[in-house]
Amino acid sequence: MELLEFARGPALAASAAVCALGIAWRLYAIFRRPVRSDLSEPRHAEVGAAGWRAILVKMLPPKDVKVRGASMTNAYVWHIGLAVVVFGFAPHIGFIERHLGIRWPALPDPVMYFAAAVTIVGLLAALVERLTDRVLRALSGFDDYASWIVTLLPLATGMALIERPYHPQPPVAPALPTDPTLLAVHLLSFELLLVWLPFGKLAHAVLVFVSRWRTGVEFARKGAAL
Amino acid sequence: MTAPAAHPLDFDAPRFTIRRPAVRHDEQGGASDAERVARATQAFLRELDRSVAAWMESCVRCGHCAEAYHFYVTTGDPRYTPIRKLEPFREIYRREAGPFAWLHRLFWSKARVSAAQLREWQELLYDACTMCGRCTLACPMAIDIAGLVARARHAMFAAGLVPHELWAVAERAEREGSPLGATPKVLAERIAWLAEEHGVAIPLDRAEADVLVALSSIEIMKYPASIVAVAKILGRMGVAWTLRSDGYEATNFGLLSGNLEWQRDMSLRLIRAALACGAKTLVLPECGHAYGAMRWDGANVYGAALPFRVLHITEYLAEALREGRLKLRPLRASMTFHDPCQLARRGGATAAPREILAALGVELREMPPAGDANWCCGGGGGVVTMHRADDLRYRAFEIKMRQVEASGAERATTSCSNCRLTFDDGAAHFGWGRRIESLLELVAEQLD
Repeated sequence: MELLEFARGPALAASAAVCALGIAWRLYAIFRRPVRSDLSEPRHAEVGAAGWRAILVKMLPPKDVKVRGASMTNAYVWHIGLAVVVFGFAPHIGFIERHLGIRWPALPDPVMYFAAAVTIVGLLAALVERLTDRVLRALSGFDDYASWIVTLLPLATGMALIERPYHPQPPVAPALPTDPTLLAVHLLSFELLLVWLPFGKLAHAVLVFVSRWRTGVEFARKGAAL
Repeated sequence: MTAPAAHPLDFDAPRFTIRRPAVRHDEQGGASDAERVARATQAFLRELDRSVAAWMESCVRCGHCAEAYHFYVTTGDPRYTPIRKLEPFREIYRREAGPFAWLHRLFWSKARVSAAQLREWQELLYDACTMCGRCTLACPMAIDIAGLVARARHAMFAAGLVPHELWAVAERAEREGSPLGATPKVLAERIAWLAEEHGVAIPLDRAEADVLVALSSIEIMKYPASIVAVAKILGRMGVAWTLRSDGYEATNFGLLSGNLEWQRDMSLRLIRAALACGAKTLVLPECGHAYGAMRWDGANVYGAALPFRVLHITEYLAEALREGRLKLRPLRASMTFHDPCQLARRGGATAAPREILAALGVELREMPPAGDANWCCGGGGGVVTMHRADDLRYRAFEIKMRQVEASGAERATTSCSNCRLTFDDGAAHFGWGRRIESLLELVAEQLD
């Protein structure tokens, strides 16, 4: 079996399964716990929307509390950059359509290249900060560095592929990619990300909604500030 | 370390707690190290509900919480990063109850949490945490770090690893009904003295009353004018109210030290007293954590919805002003207001004191970031009780001094006697010529 064939076939299936099952297991570990009953008289009768509100409010920078400004800006930059690369790049949309059957218009390639470059620079800056800042260094462990590496790898290997514009029409896997080995490595790096995602902090991509929701609901009962 | 004589109260110091112990006893009982770890583990996991599990799973180690935290901002010491205080308990969670606990034990985890680690973390969980919750405002994952610290304190108490002073006052409260010597006998004597001195009726142990008023032992022993203020205001309003010697103490050192049983005992005394006199409203004193203990935890320790309302005194007064039952003369002064964290940020009663200040007609000069994001005074969570935490607390208090000065206000006020105590002690330490006043006492002075 060729490496690309392996990456597109069993490796992709296995990594996707690990990711899906791992996330499901991690969510189960939270949702199997009981919700603490609260018998206090709520300050506000309506707390139903509080979970959604917390999810949205916490997407914005905190209003009255100073945080690490440059660090937070950088986090916004590379999170948005990553989303643009994953969901805006034509080959990625083609990949998603082949596997999930949904598609949307792609962004121009130059925008993608810029977004990828910005994301990589942002990730490098985040690593430098984690290594040099006393607070972050004290908090960091294997998970933080492993998560950084598996996030960067697909970007780096993807950048190595962009030697020419790529317009899949129709959106099917190209029979003869420019460099099958490079494409295979890119896919495998993405699959490594999928495998690691449920085990470390990258799972915050999903857990962020649960955590914010729980706090939003509990705090709304009291009228406490988020 | 259980003999009460070993923990004499210090009535003379600006900060009211037990005298500085000659020899510290920051461990209780004679359990082995392994037993202490086992007890901490069991206690922490016992409270593992859905929210705790979600918060334990979600930290991305961004460090934003540090910047929101007075003890980090004023020391620059990364040990004080709020989420780091939970490190031993995160490890306990991951090894014992997390989704990949077996993998952690096999491959990833550091060594099991040790008693030495818990001892080291005692300072971080008690001395260096006022449980003010400001860190949650900065947390992108909305982790309730103060809520987790409360659970961690339960575990530390179970392990017998509570700081000397905090254990001593909590134990005294359980035994005497009050942490700072305000026994029923002392209360009765004080009330008789205050009633005579100020010519005001202070009802005690009425069989029936619409309103049961609870007090803070800090008020009883240090700021008794607050009791007079309540009596004047409620007397003017014509309210059928009472104090009860079987339930008057609102401070809850069971909550602060981490003993759920003692917390329950303190709360049940108040609840039973309110039920005994048929009170429709339980009015809590100017005390931040007392508000959280009863307003938000009271029904839960009682096991049913409370058949009476629970209001902080500022909420009660603001409501009376709204309904026209209370009239005030204007106070011609510029004032700033310090928000008690447990009342405002964590309690949701941020607006009430400002309604009162508006009714007083003062020129309110806020201390930005005022309200929900206000800086803690540094003495909450039982921190002001601990001599060992003084240096750290004073550093945090420098923020407050700067804020008050920057406001340009002539006078400063708050609605928490614990904050007042912290301000008085901080002012004495720095030789700062300012004092903070009780909002309740201001209202009493301006009765129309």
